[in-house]
Amino acid sequence: MPKKVENVGCPYCGVCCDDLVVTVSDDGKQILEVENACAIGNQIFHHATGSERIRLPRLRQPDGTYKDISYEEAVDYAAKVLYNAKKPLIYGFGSTNCEGMAAAAKVAEKAGAVLDNCASICHGSSFLAIFDNGYPSCTLGETKNRADVIVYWGANPAHAHPRHMSRYSIFPRGFFTGKGHMSRKIIVIDPRHTDTAQVADIYLQVKQGHDYELFDAFRAVVRGHEIPDVVAGIKREQIVEVANILKKARFGTIFYGMGLCHSDGRNHNVDIAISLTRDLNDYTKWTIMAMRGHYNITGPGAVWSWQYGYPYCLDLTKKDIAHMNPGETSSIDLAMRDEVDAFINIGTDAGAHFPIDAVKHLRKHPWITIDPNINMASEISDLHIPVGIVGVEVPGIVYRMDNVPIQYRKVIDPPEGVISDEELFERIYRRLSELEADEAVKEHAKAAPEGVRAGE
Amino acid sequence: MKTVTLTLTNPPKLLLEGQNITPDNFAGKNTAEIATLDLWEGKQKIPLGKHFTVAGDGGATAAETKIVLRGDCTRVKRIGQQMTAGEIVIEGNADMYIGGWMQGGKIHVKGNVDSFCGIGMEGGELIVDGNAGCHLGSSPRGEWRGMKGGLIRVAGNVGSDTATFINGGTIIIGGDADIHVSTHGEGGTVVIKGDAKGRVGGQMVKGDIYVYGTIENPLPGFSMVGEVEQEVDGETALFAHHIGDLGERHPVSRGKTVYANLYTRL
Repeated sequence: MPKKVENVGCPYCGVCCDDLVVTVSDDGKQILEVENACAIGNQIFHHATGSERIRLPRLRQPDGTYKDISYEEAVDYAAKVLYNAKKPLIYGFGSTNCEGMAAAAKVAEKAGAVLDNCASICHGSSFLAIFDNGYPSCTLGETKNRADVIVYWGANPAHAHPRHMSRYSIFPRGFFTGKGHMSRKIIVIDPRHTDTAQVADIYLQVKQGHDYELFDAFRAVVRGHEIPDVVAGIKREQIVEVANILKKARFGTIFYGMGLCHSDGRNHNVDIAISLTRDLNDYTKWTIMAMRGHYNITGPGAVWSWQYGYPYCLDLTKKDIAHMNPGETSSIDLAMRDEVDAFINIGTDAGAHFPIDAVKHLRKHPWITIDPNINMASEISDLHIPVGIVGVEVPGIVYRMDNVPIQYRKVIDPPEGVISDEELFERIYRRLSELEADEAVKEHAKAAPEGVRAGE
Repeated sequence: MKTVTLTLTNPPKLLLEGQNITPDNFAGKNTAEIATLDLWEGKQKIPLGKHFTVAGDGGATAAETKIVLRGDCTRVKRIGQQMTAGEIVIEGNADMYIGGWMQGGKIHVKGNVDSFCGIGMEGGELIVDGNAGCHLGSSPRGEWRGMKGGLIRVAGNVGSDTATFINGGTIIIGGDADIHVSTHGEGGTVVIKGDAKGRVGGQMVKGDIYVYGTIENPLPGFSMVGEVEQEVDGETALFAHHIGDLGERHPVSRGKTVYANLYTRL
């Protein structure tokens, strides 16, 4: 009799849907059906048992092929790479649990590494703005139950967060929002007429890269000042109209995405969005929220801020001092400036996401990928270590985009012998401690371990 | 004044962090002692003498010590960081944080510098003959009290985010500036003798900006109030006077609202 597991959390996007129902086969080895999830979340569950999985770490050989090795050998290799590097970089963590992140931070501190997460190429600029200007935010539950005006600025949840609009922002009927979308005003501001813009009551097609000017105009209008006839491609009358809607809202939330974080100005776009939110609170209640991408990319920010005081781009090379300055200690900048000499890619795909020049620089040095699946990074690595899929095979804490922690559960066991991120990092940590304690090893380990730098 | 000459003879593989290269640290030390000061390359601590050839002794105090750096210091960071007095001359390029958190003395870079130079500066003089990267004279991340004093003079162009949260002091740029000048500024003066790309004075509360060339994308939050003649960097010229950022909060002094001033040359 197949078993139905209810209230399962989805390991895909920052919305962290926790209402999934997963049907597992009699023997507990196959996932048969996933209910309530979006197409992408659905696929993540089916991919776990419906495809051939890597079950052992693979080490690059001199002829360029991969050879299966044991976890013990892989842990030893990873520890030696970290130990011998002058400035190793550990990057990723978009798709793992907080337990794994904490264990990785222990390793980074021990190894004197730079510790960074996907926010570095995503919402990192939001952190910088939040440092400078605060974060008048709320939970998604508050938005659902109270908001009557929703702004999506530079975000396209229809594609990136498929259930965001139906669970929290536009369509749900909340405590004070019983009429659902009938009583909500939706404003979408984006240079592209996205699928999210299709459901908007008002769509402003801002000139690409000029969001800051438009925010500045909104702020000036909210304070009762004159503005030019056209700002960032939007007519004055329309800006005034929208500003009045914002001021007259009962409760509003600005959801923003990569359109602000990754167009010119980056953190300043978010910074002025926060300033506008603060201004609007002179009239009514307004909140702002980053549309965090992965289901637990908010996690490393929470975990590492608690451990070291900084959410990302942590330079722990001095071991007793944590230093953080994106532009210098951020993964892309370190790679482009050729400042790191070892790279661990965990729970993300730097091979696909990084600029090609950054990948080329990183590829000059040992590259280790820790990921359940084959991806572009795993295919150019020196070592690929498979781990269990969090949320499917490994339980743990994840943080939703509004900084609410949720306990994820597992629905099946990982393939036989495959360990979790947390266990892997704990084992690397133990091996590092041994290397550190053993002065004799230090002398031998200076040479790169066997198998490294294949085919070059 | 005594001169210590450092020549980079053994360049680093990755980078060098040279926060110890300041007149304050060199004062009262002889050649051999200076060569034992620490540099960092990632997690490795290295004596200065391993990368640099040291010639000359330091003066009795920082004010009596001059440091001359020769060789390609393009990958040496943090030279002159937190210095309080004395002089540093860098004959070529230098990397990040040159003159960061500087309190006094003078740094003269004859080449280009990278980002974060002069951040959190409180006093002294930073002269760059070439170009500077981003975050020149800016505030460190999360710090809302930026540059407090001193003078930064860059002959060439600068990157983005110049003078964020500036509170005092002067920055004079000979060439062009990329986006974001004096964002969140609450004082100080920035002079751009070339063109500015845009977002000049965004979220600015107080302070002055002079732009001699054009502003490609002026902010809607600034409005022109008249024409004034002003003396800037030793020459007098006619400027259009704008006030702003009208969207930002502004203090009231003696019954009058204080705005930030943006002057564009006529």
